[in-house]
Amino acid sequence: MNCKGVVRELSDFLDGELAPDLLKELEQHIQKCKNCRLVVDTTRKTIEIYCDAEPLPLPEGVHQRLQQALANKLGRQPS
Amino acid sequence: MPVHLENEATLVAEAKEGNAEAFTVLVNQYERNIFRLALNITSNKEDAEDVLQESFLKAYTNLGRFQGNSRFYTWLVRIAVNESLMKLRKRRSDRQVSLDEKLETEDDGLLPREIVDWGDNPEQHYAKTEWQEILAEATQTLEPAFRTVFTLRDVEQLSTEETAEALGLSVPAVKSRLLRARLKLRQRLNKYFK
Repeated sequence: MNCKGVVRELSDFLDGELAPDLLKELEQHIQKCKNCRLVVDTTRKTIEIYCDAEPLPLPEGVHQRLQQALANKLGRQPS
Repeated sequence: MPVHLENEATLVAEAKEGNAEAFTVLVNQYERNIFRLALNITSNKEDAEDVLQESFLKAYTNLGRFQGNSRFYTWLVRIAVNESLMKLRKRRSDRQVSLDEKLETEDDGLLPREIVDWGDNPEQHYAKTEWQEILAEATQTLEPAFRTVFTLRDVEQLSTEETAEALGLSVPAVKSRLLRARLKLRQRLNKYFK
């Protein structure tokens, strides 16, 4: 497998969905290719960062307006 | 994906029976995630707020159709995605934005241009809020077709199949866009870790 092949299979590799023969080829390549190793590591980190990120608090008033809209629909006071 | 409420099935069942309190617990649990999802797709705070309200109102109205075959949150995400895409298309109708548009499919341009070692915990160099804003801004630089797939797969952590179903795309199309989105975001984040 060459560098282009690593990039092509990158998502399946990081998602643990790469077929065993391709997995072996990819692992052999990144052992000897520092650039590809860095691309794999930083792409993995990118996914982890977004995966772990908590959503920002809602902007001011958004929660209250949602509660009011629901209260109108549900026929009750907003909580 | 937000923390799964242990009593979610009970809350949904009670909400179906008309228990507004139970539905409010579900709303409070998921409102921030749904707002982020809508903001990621529409790139507009007003649209995201509309989507937030319309999604929960629609969910409440259609709760009887929820069969419990998936998590309630996954079902809610599908509603929010549909609402978000409608907003996106309405706002950009002059540009005919479509998730089905033909995108680059060749390998050319996939190979990373800049290869930098980020170190172990790059996010530790930033305050929490600043970091969240950096991530949101980076996502917004992606084209809608890419950021929508990325948001569902890597932010909300739906499966590839769930993402394909929610967006009306094939599994190979989801995988192709996800790969490009991941590589583009990796590239965007590089400058913060040099």
